[in-house]
Amino acid sequence: MKFTKLLATAAVALGVATSAFADDKTKVGFVYVGPVGDGGWTYEHNKGRLAVEAEFGDKVETVYVENVPEGADAERVMTQMALQGADLIFTTSFGYMDPTINVAKKFPNVKFEHATGYKTAENVSVYSARFYEGRAIQGHIAGNMTESNIIGYIGSFPIPEVIRGINSAFIHARKVNPDVQFKIVWAYTWFDPAKEADAAKVLIEQGADVILQHTDSTAPLAAAAAAGNVIGFGQASDMAEFKDGPRVSSIIDDWAPYYIARTKAVMDGTWATKSTWDGIGAGMVGIGDITDKVPASVKAEALALKDALASGEYHAFTGPINKQDGSPWLAEGETADDGTLAGMNFYVEGLEGDIPQ
Amino acid sequence: MDLSAINPALLLASLLVAATPILLAGIGELVVERAGVLNLGVEGMMITGAICGFMATIVTGTPLLGFIFAALGGAGLAFLFALLTQYTLANQVASGLALTLFGLGLSSLLGQDYVGLKPPSTPQLDIPVLSDLPFLGTVLFSHDLMVYFGIGLVAAVWAVLKYTRAGLVLRAVGENHEAAHALGYKVVRIRVLAILFGGACAGLGGAYISLVRVPQWTEGMTAGAGWIALALVVFASWKPWRVLLGAWLFGGVTVLQLNFQAAGVAIPVEYLSMSPYIITIVVLVIMSADKSRAPASLGRIFHASS
Repeated sequence: MKFTKLLATAAVALGVATSAFADDKTKVGFVYVGPVGDGGWTYEHNKGRLAVEAEFGDKVETVYVENVPEGADAERVMTQMALQGADLIFTTSFGYMDPTINVAKKFPNVKFEHATGYKTAENVSVYSARFYEGRAIQGHIAGNMTESNIIGYIGSFPIPEVIRGINSAFIHARKVNPDVQFKIVWAYTWFDPAKEADAAKVLIEQGADVILQHTDSTAPLAAAAAAGNVIGFGQASDMAEFKDGPRVSSIIDDWAPYYIARTKAVMDGTWATKSTWDGIGAGMVGIGDITDKVPASVKAEALALKDALASGEYHAFTGPINKQDGSPWLAEGETADDGTLAGMNFYVEGLEGDIPQ
Repeated sequence: MDLSAINPALLLASLLVAATPILLAGIGELVVERAGVLNLGVEGMMITGAICGFMATIVTGTPLLGFIFAALGGAGLAFLFALLTQYTLANQVASGLALTLFGLGLSSLLGQDYVGLKPPSTPQLDIPVLSDLPFLGTVLFSHDLMVYFGIGLVAAVWAVLKYTRAGLVLRAVGENHEAAHALGYKVVRIRVLAILFGGACAGLGGAYISLVRVPQWTEGMTAGAGWIALALVVFASWKPWRVLLGAWLFGGVTVLQLNFQAAGVAIPVEYLSMSPYIITIVVLVIMSADKSRAPASLGRIFHASS
């Protein structure tokens, strides 16, 4: 008798406690691939998280886990977030695609948002930014600025997002400088400052005087600064601390408006699955201040290119473009469709080497 | 493919730089393990050293002081491990793992205000005639002092372990702590000193990454180097020169594979990327086919009463 009463009271107390929690706040979880202090990719996602907190104040609670490896461990982290009552979970790296889908199946009432992937479900949306538009501008500047005609490119993983960036940068570098060559190194990591610095040093030793990076830390810029006479670009974040040194411009990811909109949708109950792929025009991709190291004429051209990309008047992949093997891809004036871009797994003509398969 | 783009002198020179962090951390951990203690916190001590060294260098403007503080920082964290495992007799594996997590968290806390700063560059050796030699000058005589310090440290550890009484006592403690205790050696004190030495070395290794190899502070910047150092000690069969060989192999193949990639050598990138790990493990495993084995008391808890 006494025991059952105790149990009942406990149950009631628990019920009260959980319902009190559930009513109050919308809980939003973020899964990060690197540390929030990486100065690049994860740093910007975290800025988006802070913007959500600033926007909704007490009505929202955010949680995040950083340095989550892509793979089985990610599933564990997401499951734990869902069990702790998250209503909306942002998984912010390409490698979280399958884990997100798997966990989403188990928690039909939790909404998931996966960055840079392509698999959706009833409760899984995908979102990404058209970074390749920013790459076009980088390519334009790089092609104009290089003196050795060798541009070094640090790739992370051979996935469509990275390959798009390489192609876009290359096409626009070649346009202004037909002799330009790309040397590509795959780091097989999103975040490892020592390795990224090594890769940058190797590229510089082999003659590159412009370094483009698709990894998340500022280490390649630090290596470029140490080498002197080498320029680079901020990746994912402005990396403005290198403005006096090698950084001549940057691609900035701005996730805040999207994160706020999606959190709002969950609060209002209007959340529905969708695929978002926004570029410079929608403000998801920003171009950081172009420094005075870049000649004024090149800067003006770059800004004009930016405006054309933003208004949609020019597409970064406009034909004629051939694939690496010489076979035609886009005819004169034709632009690439999103399906091909999303799954891009080939280099364009002129790039050397093979994409790791 | 254009192999002529690879400059062998620069390649060998960057090999030494890439190998130094794991070499320093590895030789420290070797001493710890030879004393019979398994400290899995190398990663944590390295990253703590990286931020302590970075902060001290920024504040004082002197890289040398930075390295000293890095060693102190690493040793400080190691002291925590020593307290836990030697005095409160906590489990060494669990304490070591906790130390790594703690070190990563502590370093990002300490480093909040240091993101994006540039440290003054560490001076490189410049000997009038030697550094100007065409090939050898670049490879051997134009590094910062830590590269030479690392190699010297390996030689010193080897000599102390092999030829001195102190080394003999350390090994005795690591092989059989009860016997060493019965002979009147202070097992706990010796182990604490070894742990502190290991922490200081790991701290130096971490600072080498943040002050020379990258050079900047980024959270989590050691990115697993501590674990590689730890593995290196085991695959090197607890022998100092083999740690050096392993570190050079690992550093060398890492730099070489990046060079191959940049030069467009027609080997699939996947193989190139895994090559540093595979080659280092294979070479060291083949070498350890002799009678080498782990110190007999490795990881066992010692209390004078038992």
